[in-house]
Amino acid sequence: MVGEIKIETTSARPGLLNLWLARLGPFIGLILVIAMFALLTESPGRYLSPFNLRIVLAQTVIVALGAIGMTMIIVSGGIDLSVGSVIALSSVVTALMLRAGYPPVTAVFAGVLVGGMVGLVNSLVITWLRVVPFIATLGMLGIARGVAKWIAGQQTVNVPQTWVNELAVTFPTPPWLLLAPGVWVAVLLAILTAVILRNTVFGRRVFALGSNEAAARACGIPVQRLKLWIYSLAGLYFGLAGVTQMSRLRQGDPTVAVGAELDIIAAVVIGGGSLSGGEGSILGSMIGALIMAFLRNGCQQMGWPNYIQEIIIGGIIVIAVAIDRFRHSRIYA
Amino acid sequence: MTVLALSDVAKRFGPTIALDGVKLELRRGEVHALIGENGAGKTTLVNILAGALQPDRGRLEIDGNVYAPTSPLDARRSGIALIHQELSLAPHLTVAENILMGLEPSHWGWLNREAARRKTLEVLESFHHPEIRPDRRVADLSIAARQVVEICRAIAARANIVLMDEPTSSLQRDDVAHLFALIGRLRHEGISIIYISHFLEEVREIADSYTVLRDGRSVSTGPLSTVTNEELITDMVGRPVENLFPSREPVQGGQVMLEVRDLSAPPDLKQASFDLHAGEILGVAGLMGSGRTEMVRAIFGLDPAQSGTFKLRSRTVAARGGSPTLRLLQGLGYLSEDRKGEGLALALSVADNTTMTRFASCSRWGWLDRSAQCKQTEAWIRQLGVKARNPIQPARTLSGGNQQKVALARLLHQDADVLLLDEPTRGVDIGSKAQIYEVIARCAAQKKAVLMVSSYLPELFGMCDRIAVMSRGTLTPARAVKDWTPETVMLAAIGGREASAAGVAASRTMAEAKG
Repeated sequence: MVGEIKIETTSARPGLLNLWLARLGPFIGLILVIAMFALLTESPGRYLSPFNLRIVLAQTVIVALGAIGMTMIIVSGGIDLSVGSVIALSSVVTALMLRAGYPPVTAVFAGVLVGGMVGLVNSLVITWLRVVPFIATLGMLGIARGVAKWIAGQQTVNVPQTWVNELAVTFPTPPWLLLAPGVWVAVLLAILTAVILRNTVFGRRVFALGSNEAAARACGIPVQRLKLWIYSLAGLYFGLAGVTQMSRLRQGDPTVAVGAELDIIAAVVIGGGSLSGGEGSILGSMIGALIMAFLRNGCQQMGWPNYIQEIIIGGIIVIAVAIDRFRHSRIYA
Repeated sequence: MTVLALSDVAKRFGPTIALDGVKLELRRGEVHALIGENGAGKTTLVNILAGALQPDRGRLEIDGNVYAPTSPLDARRSGIALIHQELSLAPHLTVAENILMGLEPSHWGWLNREAARRKTLEVLESFHHPEIRPDRRVADLSIAARQVVEICRAIAARANIVLMDEPTSSLQRDDVAHLFALIGRLRHEGISIIYISHFLEEVREIADSYTVLRDGRSVSTGPLSTVTNEELITDMVGRPVENLFPSREPVQGGQVMLEVRDLSAPPDLKQASFDLHAGEILGVAGLMGSGRTEMVRAIFGLDPAQSGTFKLRSRTVAARGGSPTLRLLQGLGYLSEDRKGEGLALALSVADNTTMTRFASCSRWGWLDRSAQCKQTEAWIRQLGVKARNPIQPARTLSGGNQQKVALARLLHQDADVLLLDEPTRGVDIGSKAQIYEVIARCAAQKKAVLMVSSYLPELFGMCDRIAVMSRGTLTPARAVKDWTPETVMLAAIGGREASAAGVAASRTMAEAKG
């Protein structure tokens, strides 16, 4: 019985088209969107001007920060619907701390930490109470929003002028920064998280968990603890997104960012993330976020009404997922 | 030398006793077969060994030391690896990542890819598969190659005890041969294997010793060379099995209820033609993946047919564009091979499942009459001997055999003239099997036409009037059952070309027959 065994490898190798779609799909989508609006607007120069690019990037920061955290969660096979509420809660907490006279550093830290705490609670509900992530975070969507309104006394919270308000401005001071500090922070965090997902044991276990949870558990990966980490870490990003939101509005608003979670999930999905887990990349999600920002901005430049933007973005999400399904049917056929 | 010793292991889930006193001894470098019927407690025992469950009482020892794992990680550290029924790999990850899952070489949490690659190559080396490269994605590998990866994972964890839970259940026969070669190699290296199966021939081919489990107890154990298959079966079942199949008068001719001509549904079904008469049972044999299931699905309109015609009670209709709704109206009934996936709505009650295809019997103007529904269901429950507390119990809570009876009850309630049964006794215990055969025979006696697809040859020979064989998408002409032997059926199934490979598949089905 013991001897050499010949095993043919299957012919179901992903074709060139597949690799092409997987690696370059989001890039091409982004280029198409930019090219389309550059041609549509009467002055392509203005659409592609550094001025406009800065506006787009400053507008993207919140969705981008959220998408970094959401990518980890979606790759692990989970979902978090509470992001919009967490952004509102964190923005209110930051604003209240500033108004109460705490140093800006403390206030920002508190805002970020609130996000992490909410993530921790989400993951405890998911692991201890065994509630599926969709429901657990749907509940949190209501709870966090309610708490935000409660502690803000159902109104916006005005803040004194500090450097926090300058985090996401279109024209930063000093001017040599070129882009808002918040943009740079998001870029650095995106790179950091991409490296973590690629090159650390934690990162690869996130993929293993999303690809086959039963296998991960059987291999002795502490699945429950891993989920605590994923949701809590992602929560920190959502908290930071909330701080940025506060900075842009220059006030804490408990009613802000309603539905932001859908934009964020859309960014991840457009960027190649699979809602069934195991797939997704930070780079892809960032491009997904940019695609949506350029679309929004382009529609505004064209003077198209808001509802047109909504229809277009809805269509793009469906197309992105349809392309994804097409790839899958070829890989796993 | 004993590596693993179990004594008096017991486990219960609420009122259900899964294990009740299991004793087992595993020696170094041996393949020990754990045999038993479905529900005998094999899987529970494996889960206890793999650390996924804790026993209520009993003693486990590895190399003479007490072994009480509290998690799969514990088990892995103690040198026990589990290879599941279904492959448990992460398809999105690479070969290296799968093999070293949970044991990733790292420095302060930072992956050491070079070390991972080296370790993987080390493990893979002994298997001589240059095409399984560490950086290939598992989704791109064949099933056989994936099994190699899974076994490598066990070796990478330095397992000296490997548990295999029905590892061949999802494999084709070539892959079974590969697996056996791999097991031979593991044994050679002094690794002990607990091999769970209910295919006796397979066990004979690969195992050195055996333990039979029945109703959660170990009833016999010893070297395999000292027992006969008959003795093993008696131990598994607890009583000699006879008269599994009801006696029925052979049927010839009769009114044609369903005439199928040149049906095709690419890629799996190329050509099928047959007549199905009232009161007859027509068997369809063939290997897994030969197109049997696809034929039935195409007839019932579940999968699109490309060409062909049907004649139903002297009306000719095109095979193309059929839908299950239409076929139901035309008097066809379908029993799926995938009971849990599409056969039953497991969360719904027995009553809902039974009356689903003909709610008209218990509703008026779209309003369901619950008490009529329950009454009708109760009648079927009694008639088919379904072990259910009441009709509103969720189907999920029934055993496999009883679920299958509910699926059959639906066909009877629907009152279809033509029954398309795909693997009607798959995953069903032997007692329920006999009852299901009884029901099928009764249907035929009531002049219904029955098409029965099965990979279990003895059931085709025991039940059918005629048999047709599906081979690579083409159906042979149906012939009377007395014109076939199991050997000629197997030969037709493999298209006569790979006669040598037929052995494994044939013996598997025959072995199950005896069990």
